[in-house]
Amino acid sequence: MTAPALSTEDVQAGLAEVLHEVAGTEASAVVPTATFDFDLDVDSLAMVEVVVACEEKFGVTIPDTELEKLRTVGDAITFIHNARLAA
Amino acid sequence: MSRALPSVVVTGLGALTPLGPDVAALTEGLLASRSGVRLLDEPEFAALPARLGASVDTTGRLERVEARTLDRVQQLALIAAREAWADAGAPEVAPERLAVVIGSGIGGALTLLAQQQVLQASGPRRVSPHLVPMLMPNGPAATVALELGARAGVHCPVSACASGAEAIAQGLDLLRLGRADVVVVGGSEACLHPLPLAGFAQMRALSTRHDAPEAASRPYDKGRDGFVLGEGAGVLVLETEAHAAARGARVHGRVAGAGIASDAHHVTAPDPTGAGAARSIVAALRDAGLSPTDIGHVNAHATSTPLGDLAEARALATAFGTHRPAVTATKSCTGHLLGAAGAIEAIATVVALRDGLVPPIRNLDDPDDEADVDAVRVTPRQLVHEGALSTSFGFGGHDVSLVLTR
Repeated sequence: MTAPALSTEDVQAGLAEVLHEVAGTEASAVVPTATFDFDLDVDSLAMVEVVVACEEKFGVTIPDTELEKLRTVGDAITFIHNARLAA
Repeated sequence: MSRALPSVVVTGLGALTPLGPDVAALTEGLLASRSGVRLLDEPEFAALPARLGASVDTTGRLERVEARTLDRVQQLALIAAREAWADAGAPEVAPERLAVVIGSGIGGALTLLAQQQVLQASGPRRVSPHLVPMLMPNGPAATVALELGARAGVHCPVSACASGAEAIAQGLDLLRLGRADVVVVGGSEACLHPLPLAGFAQMRALSTRHDAPEAASRPYDKGRDGFVLGEGAGVLVLETEAHAAARGARVHGRVAGAGIASDAHHVTAPDPTGAGAARSIVAALRDAGLSPTDIGHVNAHATSTPLGDLAEARALATAFGTHRPAVTATKSCTGHLLGAAGAIEAIATVVALRDGLVPPIRNLDDPDDEADVDAVRVTPRQLVHEGALSTSFGFGGHDVSLVLTR
């Protein structure tokens, strides 16, 4: 099964929706350089929620070993985009 | 070591109850003898043998993001705590001198039950990472401590329907022992869900007066047939008299004494003689340095169960002898708020003393001769005495009595 193509902009927009739902983050703050913990105030519990919501939204799996590498919005966009291409 | 214990005053009150959004609504509702009880007519309650409840409205009280990681029991505590803290004038106090004691009988049951369904339907990877902090009984206390930045300790007495009163007793201890200058105390409960209702119903503890919900909670009445489960939260700001005086705080009243006993009789049934309850009352009076005749009013636990109301009436007779204080029963209007009840009723008692008016017992149409108390009926009664008593008893044999004074 091949996932429909999504641009990095599409992933960023989807991630912004998830962050708004989980943490009330404004879409304008969801930029590739923003860090989840410092810039967006997403704590470790909320980050688990973000991961679960992204897995459902984008049809990808984000292993815990990858989770700790996802420091910024850009890291997450790249991971999700690549995971979908590989699917 | 001998030193005088500091006096403890009440400087802030907050209540979210089935009678309304704040202490003003509670006070006005009790004096007007209004009922907050309704038939739970949502589909999930349809199969229950007892489906009466007394719920609160949280619409617009919390931000969406703030609310989504808090169980309802934490939400209610937070709303009541904000009212109490504002009412106290948001005291300036060093974080290391501010403690929180907020009890709950059941804790975050709604989260536990909802997440069990998530686990069954979608597996462990979909269970909320907030599950544990939302279901733990100390969640409401922790939430309030985070909100206020309290760093002198966070405590959560769990003693079923006495939890809220026990929290006040613990807060009194903390202030008397010099462990804090200000303590935010209270109780919260939110478990209006078919499972707890089914459990209480299986104990035959609940009223089934479905044809007249507002008449279902009727303490001391011959027709009483059980309690009505309610939800809500009550929070008080307590401080040492010296701390309150130094900041010029307005004082609603005082927590003059507390008495705690236990029945060791049966896990849920009250000791029919009311001996444990009576011992808690006597201990509270002694702790306050008052005589029975100083007490003009009792806000009774009075849940509207056939056995419980009788046992408490006997306890009052044992403790007070021929002196007969004016008795009211807040649960006739609010239903039984379990771990929040003691806090709500302490607030009602402080207000009754402050305003000199004891609210009447709703639905007391045909007083039970065996429950021989001086019940306030139909209209409020003037109160001139210095002191009043609030009693709370819980499954497990918990007996907690508080003496409040002007």
